Amino acid sequence: MTTVLIAKDSGAKSVGADAVAAAFDAAGADVIRTGSRGLYWLEPMAEIDGVVYGPLSPEDVAGVLDGEGAKCIGPLADIPEFAKQTRIVFKRVGAIDPTDVAAYRAHGGEGGLHAAQTMGPEWVLKAVAGSGLRGRGGAGFPTGIKWRTVAEEPTQQKYIVCNADEGDSGTFADRMLMEGDPFLLLEGMMIAGYAVGASKGFIYLRSEYPDAAETLATAIANAPFLDRDFADGFRFTVELRMGAGAYICGEETALLESLEGKRGQARAKPPLPAHAGAFGQPTVVNNVLTLAAVPDILAKGYGIFHSYGRKQSRGTMPFQLAGNIKHGGLVEVPFGLTLRQLIEDFGGGTRSGRPVRAVQVGGPLGAYFPESLLDTRMEYEAFARAGGMLGHGGVVVFDDTVDLAAQARFAFAFCAHESCGKCTPCRIGAQRGVEVVDKITAGENVDANFTVLDDLLEVMRDGSLCALGGLTPTPVESALKWFKQDFDKGASE
Amino acid sequence: MTILKEIDYGTPSPLNEGTVTLVIDGHEVTAPKGASIMHAAMLAGTEIPKLCATDRLDAWGSCRLCLVEINGRKGTPSSCTTPIEPGMSVSTDTDRLRRLRRGVMELYISDHPLDCLTCAANNDCELQDMAAATGLRDVRYGYEGANHLDAEKDPSNPYFSFDPAKCIVCNRCVRACAEVQGTFALTTLGRGFGSTISAGGPDMDFLSSECVSCGACVDACPTATLIEKPVEAEGLPDRSVVTTCAYCGVGCSFKAELKGDQVLRMTPLKAGGANEGHSCVKGRFAWGYINHPDRITSPMIRDKITDPWREVSWDEAFQFTAGRIKAIQAEHGQDAVGSVTSSRCTNEETYLVQKLTRAVFGTNNVDTCARVCHAPTGYGLKTAFGTSAGTQDFKSVADADVILVIGANPTDAHPVFASRMKRRLRAGAKLIVADPRKTDIVRSAHVEAAYHLPLRPGSNVALINAIAHVIVTEGLVNEAFVKDRCDTDSFAHWADFVAEDANSPEAAEAHTGVPAADVRNAARLYATGGNGAIYYGLGVTEHSQGSTMVMGMANLAMATGNLGRRGVGVNPLRGQNNVQGACDMGSFPHEFPGYRHVSDDAARTLYENLWGVELSNEPGLRIPNMLDGAVSGKFKALYIQGEDIAQSDPNTSHVVAGLKAMDCLIVQDLFLNETAHFAHVFLPGSTFLEKDGTFTNAERRINRVRKAVPPVGGLADWEITQGLAQALGYPMNYSHPSEIMAEVSLTTPTFSGVTYETLEAEGSIQWPCNETQPQGTPIMHEESFVRGKGLFMITEFFATSERSTRKFPLLLTTGRILSQYNVGVQTARTANVTWHDEDVLEVHPHDAEQRGLKDGDMVSLASRAGETTLTARLSDRMQPGVVYTTFHHAAGQANVVTTDNSDWATNCPEYKVTAVEVRKTNQESAWQRSYAVMSSETRRIADPAE
Repeated sequence: MTTVLIAKDSGAKSVGADAVAAAFDAAGADVIRTGSRGLYWLEPMAEIDGVVYGPLSPEDVAGVLDGEGAKCIGPLADIPEFAKQTRIVFKRVGAIDPTDVAAYRAHGGEGGLHAAQTMGPEWVLKAVAGSGLRGRGGAGFPTGIKWRTVAEEPTQQKYIVCNADEGDSGTFADRMLMEGDPFLLLEGMMIAGYAVGASKGFIYLRSEYPDAAETLATAIANAPFLDRDFADGFRFTVELRMGAGAYICGEETALLESLEGKRGQARAKPPLPAHAGAFGQPTVVNNVLTLAAVPDILAKGYGIFHSYGRKQSRGTMPFQLAGNIKHGGLVEVPFGLTLRQLIEDFGGGTRSGRPVRAVQVGGPLGAYFPESLLDTRMEYEAFARAGGMLGHGGVVVFDDTVDLAAQARFAFAFCAHESCGKCTPCRIGAQRGVEVVDKITAGENVDANFTVLDDLLEVMRDGSLCALGGLTPTPVESALKWFKQDFDKGASE
Repeated sequence: MTILKEIDYGTPSPLNEGTVTLVIDGHEVTAPKGASIMHAAMLAGTEIPKLCATDRLDAWGSCRLCLVEINGRKGTPSSCTTPIEPGMSVSTDTDRLRRLRRGVMELYISDHPLDCLTCAANNDCELQDMAAATGLRDVRYGYEGANHLDAEKDPSNPYFSFDPAKCIVCNRCVRACAEVQGTFALTTLGRGFGSTISAGGPDMDFLSSECVSCGACVDACPTATLIEKPVEAEGLPDRSVVTTCAYCGVGCSFKAELKGDQVLRMTPLKAGGANEGHSCVKGRFAWGYINHPDRITSPMIRDKITDPWREVSWDEAFQFTAGRIKAIQAEHGQDAVGSVTSSRCTNEETYLVQKLTRAVFGTNNVDTCARVCHAPTGYGLKTAFGTSAGTQDFKSVADADVILVIGANPTDAHPVFASRMKRRLRAGAKLIVADPRKTDIVRSAHVEAAYHLPLRPGSNVALINAIAHVIVTEGLVNEAFVKDRCDTDSFAHWADFVAEDANSPEAAEAHTGVPAADVRNAARLYATGGNGAIYYGLGVTEHSQGSTMVMGMANLAMATGNLGRRGVGVNPLRGQNNVQGACDMGSFPHEFPGYRHVSDDAARTLYENLWGVELSNEPGLRIPNMLDGAVSGKFKALYIQGEDIAQSDPNTSHVVAGLKAMDCLIVQDLFLNETAHFAHVFLPGSTFLEKDGTFTNAERRINRVRKAVPPVGGLADWEITQGLAQALGYPMNYSHPSEIMAEVSLTTPTFSGVTYETLEAEGSIQWPCNETQPQGTPIMHEESFVRGKGLFMITEFFATSERSTRKFPLLLTTGRILSQYNVGVQTARTANVTWHDEDVLEVHPHDAEQRGLKDGDMVSLASRAGETTLTARLSDRMQPGVVYTTFHHAAGQANVVTTDNSDWATNCPEYKVTAVEVRKTNQESAWQRSYAVMSSETRRIADPAE
């Protein structure tokens, strides 16, 4: 019987993967639902003996099974957008049934745990530090230092919190990983718990990811390593907690408040969560991708991970191409290639075919880069020097029809909508930002309002309690810096 | 907000030991370790701008005005949330910071009404202060942007209004409700620019929310968003008088804020030792009775109680009274006369009434309301430890690990202390509650008892013995403490006694109804959970074995070593503002001030010499004996200061019979209370705002009471007693209460260091205060017990004779609720009736169903003593077989039903156990109807023209 791999990833499902799977099933094929390979322009996609077909509709199924070539893309290994990737974190995603323990093990699962068990917590801390792994959620803080800080806290009860509140525009890597290889995340969390002495982990998942919730719940229930004796009396449990639709709860302190059942509002730091996090106890808060990177670092040796990437940006990064892009999807590559390579070589340029005018990397609070910055390397420091940030690796492409004044307004509007309402610069400032941009684009006291806008940006950047208010100026300032002419339309008309 | 500003350090004082030295604006500053930069700066006199920070709440970091720059660090962190570190160099005022602060203020004001001149908080507004401090001159955003100026005002609370249009969403109210009060009624709704403060949720107002009107939010509000209605109506107060609340035994310090002689608000004093800036709905808001039209402002007399009252001059009233007393004593003997001192009046006033009785009437017939509340506490604790008072200060609860609440309902009756307790419980202390009812403390926001032991009324001693049994038989006794500190013979006897099978939890279950396993677990927790602190109320004392139970708790604390340090102790939550003081001041018929027996020759001689009269060495009559004596014709005249025994004492019909039988009943009170129906002389008393003096609270803390306005009747209560003494020919000539206190300290060893000068300097003092403890004594029995070795007493359980029968199958227990105070003389004359305008009978749904009762039905409540009609309220707080009511309203007549059963040692009535039956009715009881007729007839005041 023919074995067909079809994604049950919610991205694939949203374009009809379920119906295609049903059609294969009806036609007598042996269907295995997997994660998505991340080649979203080919979804719904089927993979038979390493050969890829897509995008498919149920009507195409009979033809595929009959060996017709119309929808055949060719071997997966020959698809350039896939072949050029370095899949470490996402190596199993798309290849196996996500909640099949045997398949997980057959594809190298639990390798990190075995290494940790053999070598002990101190070695794990050294390996993670030595790998150069940095937080994939946005801030890029060295994971080894964070873990070491928590490990050195004398407290009995500590926690591992996985930040799965993936809310940045144009990002979906966390979701793909959780839907496609949940055991990997759980393994990473357990290693973190073992290393720092935390017996309990929480996954804080955004409510907009019901499929991921279901997959995770199944994985938590079936993971062969959770809630059983591991080493030296260590035993690790994981609890899934759902968010309630607030972007701010991706900010780690607001996440912790929400996790504790309170209103999701940012906390002042200090204390850092590593000292007093969930329920006041020392807590590692890491992004999904950070934790998922750990098992391979241990299983293969941290030197291998460290050998990928450049300078202070080590290992691979799962970038996500979105917006006006021809080949949108997930691209896991070592740090160091340029934004242009990512967009052109992997993304195939704009979907509209028009020239790229701006690219926003790092979510709604990332900078808008003009064409002149497309040769910036995809590295933490290089991006910072260019006035941007890699963030969670989301890349949103705009063609030359984009209005950056409108985008700047959107940055304020987004902040006004998503602000937790705690600190004044963010709570009131974001709303006033919308109004000031409106006045400027309407040609109202333009010079005076630009001054007001500058002052507001300073108050928000330097005065806000957390990164939401503090980074909202970034897209606005980049729009003003590179696309000032878009703001002057109103004045000239 | 308040006009008398206490320094606000912005963030709480850290409890850490040790200090840190840093540099702030170029000056070296040393501050406690763990302090915030803001706190350290304020200690050095640098006030960093702030709006969301205040030192009664944890740092929040939202307003962003307090930003500072720190050498070598990026950014501009908020000084309220950043702890100081050694060697840190902080700048609090740079061009950058000024720019940021002005920018923040510009944002605030862009969403704030520009009505400062007509705003109720004008000149008392932190937002206004900060606008000035930051030099804001222009709001360049204009005012046409999105705003909250049309938000609707919520005037639903009778005492304060909430105007969200003025709100700056600093969350101080929300945090005060959570952190200070512990009610969690307030919250922030929405997010971002749409964030608004709400009492509970959308479409809810303050009155319909869980708000308990403690006023903490109003106090915390930096603007006019939450403001007292009188201030809104009349404008800002112009003077402030620091004084002490006259409601419960917590003894909160307040600032009475006035405009001229009109009180506009009472705001809690942060420096108040008992309350540290917190308050409850009674003390904070329910003071309006002072201006109530029912206040009697002129002395009144009448020959017979069927006559209308005749208003007379003070002089005529004194002469009339003195004449009657003299005549009665001439005919019936000196001991036919007596007095009742008031636990609502000051120490000085109480002292004078007992002096009048002993020295002028020439009898020891003086008693006080403690007779009906904490007399067993005095007796029990004196027997065990040697002092008739609680062992701890209130602050001590912050160090408790296991809190055992027995027969007390602190969230209703001692709310400000309950907030302290809840704060500690939220921080992790364990709670055990022994109470027949599921009181709020058993389970409320973020507080849940580890064990609730819902015992049957009347089975306290069986329960305490069962707990002791577990401690003794499971080897949980603190042997070292017992050996060092206690009388070991008495311990051995006691240990043998409680170890008997009859005292096991399994045996006790038959009496208490509490599962033995819960008792065992609770006992283990108390004995082994760290610092164990017992807090108790009238559910302990108001029983036929009240004194036994007090000794039972003392035994428990001694056996586990839970005495003599912070976080432990045996603590009565005393009811009245000055019931501790009234007892201290010699209000009992057998004791002079300082609990010295009247047969103590040295003490008696001291007073005889000072007062220049001979004093009796025989104890006088207790209140019940006086009433019995009156009924039998031997007791003829009674002077009652500030006490309403016709309403408060048990078995009303017997009390009324006694009062009616007297030839001269003198009632001194604010209002024509229930007792005044039977009086021949009415002397208009003064409220706590109308006089000077001191109150002593449940933690033995002596607080100053200061005159804020003149007495409406012209005389303070101590002046009235003095006038009466003079009319009887005794020279009593104090010119100020401080002189009375001087006499107290001169004659009372435990008060020898107490003077008005020290009170002014220290704010308050906890007795004993003498040469060895010149600063007073927050924690008692630290080195050794006052009596030397702690004494264990055998506490055998005897079931009360008051038990359920076929005729009276239910047990009634009585108590209080938050918004009303005791007999309601004051609170029933305030807007607190909004929450409680009648006494209701709480009935378990099971008992109600058996009797065919629905919620809201009129029911007859009958015992062997009497019958009254109340409204039924179905409640699963009750256990089946037990009903509950309050005694706040005269119409309820709850004490018609209670009996004259009482404590074997002190005669404290057994209010907490009365066998009753409840049935549906459609009318008030015969007693209530005839009482209502009598009440209106005897309240008549003659028109002066007649």
